Amino acid sequence: MTSTTLFPAVSRLLHWLMAVMILAMLFIGVGMVTSPDWYHWLLSVHRPLGAAILVLAALRLLNRQLNPPPPLPRDMPSPMKAMAHLSHVALYALMFAVPLAGWGALSAGGYPIVLYGAIHLPPILPQGAALYTALHMAHEILALLLFATFLAHLGAALAHALVFRDGVFESMASLKAAASRQAEPGAR
Amino acid sequence: MPAQTPDSARYGLGALRQTSWLNLGIVVAAVAGTAGAFAYAGGWIAPQRLSQGRIIDRFEQVNGQHPGFRRNHAKGLCFAGWFDGNGEGERLSKAAVFRAERTPVFGRFALAGGQPYQADMAATVRSMAVNFALADGEIWRTGMNNIPVFPVRDAAGFYDQLAASKPDPATGKPDPARMSAFLAAHTEAGRALALIKAQAPTAGFADASYNSLNAFRFVAASGASTPVRWSMVADEPPQAPQPASAGNADPNRLFDALETRVERGPVRWHLLVTVGQPGDPTADATVPWPANRERLDVGILTVKSVQDEAEGDCRDVNFDPLLLPDGIQPSDDPLLSVRSAAYSESFTRRAGEPKSPSAIQLSANAGGARP
Ligand code: HEM
Ligand code: HEM
Repeated sequence: MTSTTLFPAVSRLLHWLMAVMILAMLFIGVGMVTSPDWYHWLLSVHRPLGAAILVLAALRLLNRQLNPPPPLPRDMPSPMKAMAHLSHVALYALMFAVPLAGWGALSAGGYPIVLYGAIHLPPILPQGAALYTALHMAHEILALLLFATFLAHLGAALAHALVFRDGVFESMASLKAAASRQAEPGAR
Repeated sequence: MPAQTPDSARYGLGALRQTSWLNLGIVVAAVAGTAGAFAYAGGWIAPQRLSQGRIIDRFEQVNGQHPGFRRNHAKGLCFAGWFDGNGEGERLSKAAVFRAERTPVFGRFALAGGQPYQADMAATVRSMAVNFALADGEIWRTGMNNIPVFPVRDAAGFYDQLAASKPDPATGKPDPARMSAFLAAHTEAGRALALIKAQAPTAGFADASYNSLNAFRFVAASGASTPVRWSMVADEPPQAPQPASAGNADPNRLFDALETRVERGPVRWHLLVTVGQPGDPTADATVPWPANRERLDVGILTVKSVQDEAEGDCRDVNFDPLLLPDGIQPSDDPLLSVRSAAYSESFTRRAGEPKSPSAIQLSANAGGARP
């Protein structure tokens, strides 16, 4: 089996933690607006979990500067590399845009933004009905885009693991505590 | 472990040829399966699910399209004032609104029904919605009706009732056959409607009392949790309604009377909290609690002024019954989550629509400047 350098352990931790959280959020989101009996309970989880994703996304971007990801395999065709790069930019952008649109919508709608008990988020926008509806729609469209990008990402990751077998999947999926720094032949 | 593929070939078509059907199947199944599960969760493959969108669609089918207006309780008037807590409520709830201090409020009086230009009638359900801006920055919103119980106990009941009470275009009245089919399917509604009918309406908005109908839970500083229902009980002695035929054809007579009353001076209500006992039904808004339950007077609501919807603070607000401060929690009443979902959908639709003038237009800000 070929292997590239692993992602740093912190990066892998953040990646899998957020993968679970974001996927859960997408399901919670579409589930709550179609299941009125569960709406309140799901929305009560949705707000704090979404806020946590926003915080983690910021930490993750910072971590990416401090601990850069390993390079993609040298022989990967450049259109494929460009696609990978683009999808990663999209995922990062949406990790920020989706929760910000949700927070902004509730701000514009004049809602109290309850995280838990008496703990609230402050409004980030002035109150405005039309703005509320626009941001609500943006939140929905961006969330669906996030899901579509996630599906492409999932498909690509599994293709790396099962079709290309180039070690890219393992570089994120490894359970090894430390990132091994020596690249094997063919990885670069 | 698969054999090492030559570098140049592992991304080409050759790679596909070298991949087992099993591996290809895993990739395709994982992506398709995730997409399918998502579509299921989002109701795309079960479109008959009673979603908040379908509930609001039904309001629009029954009442017609009235862009910019609430899909229910469409005809209304804003008010502003304050709530003076007397400290008694602190025994049951730690919410700041129950301290012995003043909380600013605004709210909305309305008639039930999705027709923004319906003529006022004494028999139509009247409502009061209130936004409390608590001293600690929290918000409490509540919507209350002037009936003793709610006609249905769950989303399906509400949905069926909406369809059954749609006036038949031929007679202008609900189709009796559909109504009796509804009552047969939802036996709780027959009992509840009898209780509702037995309580004669008062003359107007100012002498009416408004009930939460749904149960909630008050949580005290000690952590003790108590089932409650609450009511805004009019200070004004209740009067009998004027017969509609008594030379008063004003389609807005109830709202106009309220405006006149507020111009004379502030109108007051006592917030009475009914304290539930073990065994009192909290998950069924069609069933009243025993009449001998303690009713704790926790403070006085003063309505100082009224404004039409374009002027006031109430129009672009969702009086979602589950916007609760710390110290008030939802009960297990299934209507609460359904209301929250439906109000959100109604609010999201109307907030983005162009606004038409409300049926109630005030010449001036009745009752003086907003407090
Ligand atoms: C990564 C984070 C998030 C994801 C993936 C996400 C996803 C979703 C999805 C898929 C929906 C359903 C859209 C629809 O079909 O109408 C939704 C609705 C919603 N989300 Fe989020 N969301 C996130 C963060 C947030 C945050 C941080 C907030 C607020 C603080 C928020 C507030 C809402 C609200 C208010 C709704 C609409 C509820 C309604 O229409 O009644 N979301 N979200
Ligand atoms: C599942 C049952 C119910 C449904 C689907 C429903 C639906 C609605 C909708 C769509 C609105 C308009 C919301 C907006 O656009 O802001 C509304 C308003 C209102 N509802 Fe309900 N409702 C239900 C049960 C109740 C109950 C049990 C009460 C008990 C008191 C109630 C009291 C009110 C009041 C007071 C308003 C007016 C709020 C205002 O003036 O803005 N509703 N309802």
